[in-house]
Amino acid sequence: MEDAKKIVAEPVWDNNPIALQVLGICSALAVTSNMNTAVIMCLALTAVTTASNFFISLIRNHIPSNIRIIVQMTIIASLVILVDQVLKAYAYGISKQLSVFVGLIITNCIVMGRAEAFAMKNPPLPSALDGFGNGLGYSVILLIVGFFRELFGAGTLFGVEILPLVTEGGWYTPNGMMLLPPSAFFIIGLMIWAIRVWKPAQVEKPDYQIHAVHRTEAA
Amino acid sequence: MGLKNMPNDSMAKTIIVAVALCLVCSIFVSVAAVQLRPLQTANKLADKQKNIVQVAGIDLAGRSVSEAFAEVEARVVDLETGEFADHIDATSYDQRKASKDPAQAKALSPEKDIASIKMRERYATIYLTRDASGQIEKLILPVRGYGLWSTLHGFLALKGDGNTIIGLSFYEHAETPGLGGEVDNPSWKAQWPGKKVYPTEGPDAAQSSASWKPSGADIEFDPAIRLVKGGVDAETPHAQHKVDALAGATLTSNGVTYLLQFWMGENGFAPFLRNLKQGQS
Repeated sequence: MEDAKKIVAEPVWDNNPIALQVLGICSALAVTSNMNTAVIMCLALTAVTTASNFFISLIRNHIPSNIRIIVQMTIIASLVILVDQVLKAYAYGISKQLSVFVGLIITNCIVMGRAEAFAMKNPPLPSALDGFGNGLGYSVILLIVGFFRELFGAGTLFGVEILPLVTEGGWYTPNGMMLLPPSAFFIIGLMIWAIRVWKPAQVEKPDYQIHAVHRTEAA
Repeated sequence: MGLKNMPNDSMAKTIIVAVALCLVCSIFVSVAAVQLRPLQTANKLADKQKNIVQVAGIDLAGRSVSEAFAEVEARVVDLETGEFADHIDATSYDQRKASKDPAQAKALSPEKDIASIKMRERYATIYLTRDASGQIEKLILPVRGYGLWSTLHGFLALKGDGNTIIGLSFYEHAETPGLGGEVDNPSWKAQWPGKKVYPTEGPDAAQSSASWKPSGADIEFDPAIRLVKGGVDAETPHAQHKVDALAGATLTSNGVTYLLQFWMGENGFAPFLRNLKQGQS
């Protein structure tokens, strides 16, 4: 039980797939211009990582190692198609807005990374929990980014007006850049900084050190 | 030799696992696709109906979109002759598909292709509503053209005179959110109702044909509608043909102007509207 809790909680702050591993950035830029799409994307990705980890772990002892990546991809791709079909059937408006990004979950490094790093070596249940935890970690970042982008870019949250816009007779002039993908880079960068100040253990050692070289030595 | 005892990396096991996995996954995916298709088709249809009802400003009055859509009539128009092509069933004809099929669409020469759509299909599905006496009250025409990033697909709703705009709305595009994406902004869309596509008599006609002159087009059906920079108010000359362009989205705005010029011009619906005016349709 303790273990299960740890597996789920660890990827949220201590080993966050976006903030520490810096994976899955592409979709984090693309779908966070408003909260609605961000939430649906989080649900879709969490469902896919949980299920793919579960199924891959289930057959892990029978996967020939020379085709293991293709086997993982096939399972992930099938799950993503399923999620895409379900969204088209039950959340048509949102799936139209997400367009190709649901399909692109197939190429999301988080899903593949967890399958390879965890599900191939652990039993199904912990693997599913690990997938779920990583989905949560991804979701936390996406929701925070989406919150700032929608609030400051459009003055709304989930489409509900929070800051009345100048164009509609209010006082807030929206920051157009927040609606463009680069703003997500800035927000994620600031979050990585904040998390590493809070948890200094996450700060990586520099790959190499620049030594002060005395002039005489150099000569 | 059982599957259990077989070494994982043997050729036989590799093939067995690969084939079994592919089978299971393909069955899984196809079952899901087939099961969910009816819902998806219904969603697509409902989405299109909603767009048509909205752009035409049909009052829902407590009805559902599909009930309100019952008063809309779908017809197929031959864009070459400008006449109704009733031998084609409007409910099953897929204009989108036809526009990409070389057998049903013809390539446009660069000088004609102002909306950058490359090919134009021969038949178009239009929607109309009639008033109590059976006269055409509203016309909803499909339009499309290239903006900055994407082809904008939308509907232009006109009054029965074939000239006065009721609304313009795009149901599919991928323009920049906050800039070109503002084509979806309700306050921008609110500028369209009441604008006129074609110049009526007087100095208007001459002025418009001077700035947008497709060679040989007859002036009466030479579209004057366009987006302009710097705002439009009652003082603006020819304000009835002008709509304020989108701020920070020159290319999307140009795209909207060009697609309207194209679809309202001789290669679009002008022959049809001319016939309609002469009462031949």
